[in-house]
Amino acid sequence: MALIAAHLGLAVVAPWLARLLGQRAFWLVALAPAATFGWLTGLAAPVLAGTPVSEAIDWIPALGVTLDFRIGLVQWVLALIVTGIGTLVLLYCRWYFEADPPQARVIGLLTAFCAAMIGLVTADDLVVVYVFWEATTVLSYLLIGHDPTRRANRSAALTALIVTTTGGLAMLVGFLALGHAAGSYSLAAILAAPPSGPVVTVAALLVLAGALSKSALVPFHFWLPGAMAAPTPISAYLHAAAMVKAGVYLVAVLAPVLAASPGWRPAVWVLGALTLFLGGWRALRQDDLKLLLAYGTVSQLGLLVLLLGTGTRAAALGGLAMVVAHALFKSTLFLVVGVIDHSAGTRRLSELSGLFRRLPVTATVAAFAAASMAGLPPTLGFIAKEAGLEGVTNLALTGDGTGIAPVPAWALVAVVIAGSAITVAYSLRFWWGAFGSKDGLAESTLVHPPKRGFLAAPVLLGTACLAGGFLGGPLTTVLEHYAETLPLGEHSHGLTLIPAFGAPLAASALAIAAGLVLFWRRDWITSVQQTFPAVPGAVDFYRATMRGIDQLAVEVTDRTQRGSLAHYVGTILVVLTAALAYTLSQVHAWPAVHLADNAGQVLVGGIVIVSAFLVATSRGRLRAVVLLGVTGYGTALLFLLHGAPDLALTQVLVETVSLLVFLLVLRKLPKFFTERPLTSGRWWRVVISVGTGLAFTLVALLMIGSRTAIPVSADYPEVAKSFGYGNNIVNVVLVDTRAWDTIGEISVLGIAATGVASLIFLRGRHSRVRRSGLDPNRGWLRASRSLPPDQRSLIFEVVTRLLFPVMIVVSVYLLVAGHNLPGGGFAGGLVAGTALLVRYLAGGGQELDEAMPVPAGVLIGSGLVLSVLTAISPLAFGGVIFQSYEVHLHVPGWDALATPWGTWTLLGDIHLVSSTAFDIGVYLVVLGMMLDLGRSLGSGIDAQAREELTPAPEPESTRAIPGRRWDR
Amino acid sequence: MSANLTLAVVAGLVIACGVYLITERSLSRILIGVVLASNGVNVLFLVASGTAGGPPIIGLTAAEAMSDPLPQAMVLTAIVITLSVAAFVMTMAYRSFQINGDDEVADDIEDSRIAALARADQASESFEDLEFSDTGEDVVSE
Repeated sequence: MALIAAHLGLAVVAPWLARLLGQRAFWLVALAPAATFGWLTGLAAPVLAGTPVSEAIDWIPALGVTLDFRIGLVQWVLALIVTGIGTLVLLYCRWYFEADPPQARVIGLLTAFCAAMIGLVTADDLVVVYVFWEATTVLSYLLIGHDPTRRANRSAALTALIVTTTGGLAMLVGFLALGHAAGSYSLAAILAAPPSGPVVTVAALLVLAGALSKSALVPFHFWLPGAMAAPTPISAYLHAAAMVKAGVYLVAVLAPVLAASPGWRPAVWVLGALTLFLGGWRALRQDDLKLLLAYGTVSQLGLLVLLLGTGTRAAALGGLAMVVAHALFKSTLFLVVGVIDHSAGTRRLSELSGLFRRLPVTATVAAFAAASMAGLPPTLGFIAKEAGLEGVTNLALTGDGTGIAPVPAWALVAVVIAGSAITVAYSLRFWWGAFGSKDGLAESTLVHPPKRGFLAAPVLLGTACLAGGFLGGPLTTVLEHYAETLPLGEHSHGLTLIPAFGAPLAASALAIAAGLVLFWRRDWITSVQQTFPAVPGAVDFYRATMRGIDQLAVEVTDRTQRGSLAHYVGTILVVLTAALAYTLSQVHAWPAVHLADNAGQVLVGGIVIVSAFLVATSRGRLRAVVLLGVTGYGTALLFLLHGAPDLALTQVLVETVSLLVFLLVLRKLPKFFTERPLTSGRWWRVVISVGTGLAFTLVALLMIGSRTAIPVSADYPEVAKSFGYGNNIVNVVLVDTRAWDTIGEISVLGIAATGVASLIFLRGRHSRVRRSGLDPNRGWLRASRSLPPDQRSLIFEVVTRLLFPVMIVVSVYLLVAGHNLPGGGFAGGLVAGTALLVRYLAGGGQELDEAMPVPAGVLIGSGLVLSVLTAISPLAFGGVIFQSYEVHLHVPGWDALATPWGTWTLLGDIHLVSSTAFDIGVYLVVLGMMLDLGRSLGSGIDAQAREELTPAPEPESTRAIPGRRWDR
Repeated sequence: MSANLTLAVVAGLVIACGVYLITERSLSRILIGVVLASNGVNVLFLVASGTAGGPPIIGLTAAEAMSDPLPQAMVLTAIVITLSVAAFVMTMAYRSFQINGDDEVADDIEDSRIAALARADQASESFEDLEFSDTGEDVVSE
């Protein structure tokens, strides 16, 4: 486990290593698999003695999932292959990627893949197996798509990902069913006490589907040739030696318990045989050496699954030996193709000729490996295939305990012999294609002669292919441990170079002879192949499925995402109304209803309703806006009648400001809204709006009955005085009890103001305020200088001169008094802001700058800062955020003024509460917002009008001519 | 507590008028609808807060006779936010006129392209058909 972690650690730092060391980074990362290989070799004694090595860490205790690693014999063999070939491939990469800049990505991914693969073949917990399984899938996706700019890479990577993940998901379901049936997710436990039943049958087939998809068996085979778009070392490692073996591994591990479940053996035999034949047949017609090998791999994987899935002793021994042999010869051949590609600049066998003279060493080891692939003596491939054939012929001769009928058994033998013959043929074709001299083709020249180090890995692996042939005895001893775990079948005669005469040897001889003939008559085979009609295959099904899914997505998007705002809002409201209607229909006890609290409510309510109807049906913009104001003022009256003077005050101010803002904009817009014909869509809108309104009325009537608990506000009169030091409870709630809410709100104001300014000015608010430069002592509001005469209104100017100072004083009064009487920061800020707008209306933009010679952003910002400081400053005195303090000051001067209407309190004892500072912050933010509105919608639009950038309403039309610069 | 029928009906009808305008295409009408609907919702708060009473100011009204102050504080926040939203959307309508000459909220262009694809029974524009073959013609070299 520590070793897997070391791999992952190296994978993470690989990019830095690559930058630091360049090509030499491969040396360093190769240490990880090499060390693992060494460690595994050290485990030989216990593993061969039959005691698995295990290690466990709890991972998801709640689900019973543990990081449980357990190395038995199959695991040990596979892990040796993964780490041994992994080391050599990483070293090979050091030369392969020499020409390119150091590929940090490839280094990291390859190392991570190594880790995932080791984890996959050593994990004991099925869930952990699945996790590593998918990790290899994802890493394979990334490695195949190493050059995402090429379409072939993208398609291939995506296909591999989708096919293997689909299989992986089926497998996960199978795993879960299996684990559920067995009561444990531990592979060892399942093997020790095999579950049974219909669930296990289905689980077995699902797991098999996963294994077949990963190992590229028919009908999932098509992703593997596409995956050859990856660089050659990656193909050698992932798509020949390691990853595609994952499915084979799973079949091998589970065969002892699952081979007997119904459907497993027929599936394995039929699909394995079909893959063996089909892969080989297609390999015969490839021009690209790498694709030839890829189809060869497909074919070999079919044979491996066939042998290991059979679940008899002889077939298992042969199968496991073939796994080792295949890993060795296929990685050798891929690495050789990489050498050829690098050296000769091509890997098309129709362009290569006479290369064995230029690359004698490479040609020799390739010959070893190709012979091993073909199953020619005296190589490892021969003894392995011999043992495998024994397993198959046993089936035909005796049934070997599987209960197979003679006819299918002989048919199976025939297909395996035919497949082996084709294997011989394409092995020969490979060597001949790569190294042989061809008529009519000039001898290839070497662009880059390979360096010695580059050849080290293929030479080592190729030699092993040959040497393995002489190690039949020891290998039998080792692999026999696996064969013994199987319940069925005769024992094999073992792996040996000198087999006894019998059916297996005859089959081998037949296959080799037929293969030689096939190779000899290769031109004839090619012409035969070309006469075959094109039949739709699995790849066409996949293609159609992918296109279908995409079209389905388009259709679904079209149905659900119409792109029309009204459509979305309508959908939301219909759902809302329907849900409310259902809830309301379930109510039995409706609360009592009274007509109104006072007569005023009925009167004002009637006015509001009528004006709302007129707003909805009005065609003129100005009319709608003015009537909207009427509903607003009416609402303010309703507030007042309800006993909410603060609300009424604020609503009146807001309504006034809204009206001003609308008017400022409306002066540049057409008089009328766009006309709407009375279509069915409009009737729908009426239905939706009436439904929504009705639902809300009923909900409102119901709500009051739901108020059964004592409201939190029952304590407010008490608390407002003792903690907030104020008499106006609403204001105390705003600046103390619910001050967080207020902070959020003033932030929204700041954002909205900034939004308005940026829509008008596009680039930055006018932070530079233009003063007129006139002597301020000579009075203000000199519209004679700032406005053209036809835009002036003398009466308005006079009124403004009277009104402005009064409004400012009132705003300050509202701010200070707000804590105890109706008012507060919002109301005060709105009054002050309105005063500024009045100055603008009377004297133009310059007058506004004179009145408030600071940028609006400064006001908003300082307001926010002040509020936040008030909020956090109690922390400095050991208080909590938003704690209020009371301060009493005595100001000398008039205490009171006796008037005929009573005594007016003036100065004297002033009672201040710290939260007033918070309210001042609110005041500043609101004032800043108003200033922004005035500068943007007032002077900003004025400035645009001077440059003819404002829209110009067309006469007698609902459209306008766009601003000059935006006119298309 | 018993519910105030007048206020509930006012709120419902005002919201209905607001919703009718919100489902419009003209941005300025949508905005007017939003303001109208928020007025209606604010009245809903009044219904929910119980019967009318005196202003919630200590010293002016006895604690028992006060109207509920908490919903009032919430509505006060809502009123001011409506103002800022109104200003922002109104400016957007202005900008729309400035660029397009109208303030129609058009359908999403991407979505209408998808709709066109769906009508033609075609795959999405980013869809790539599988492109590798086993005939050896396809170049899969690095």
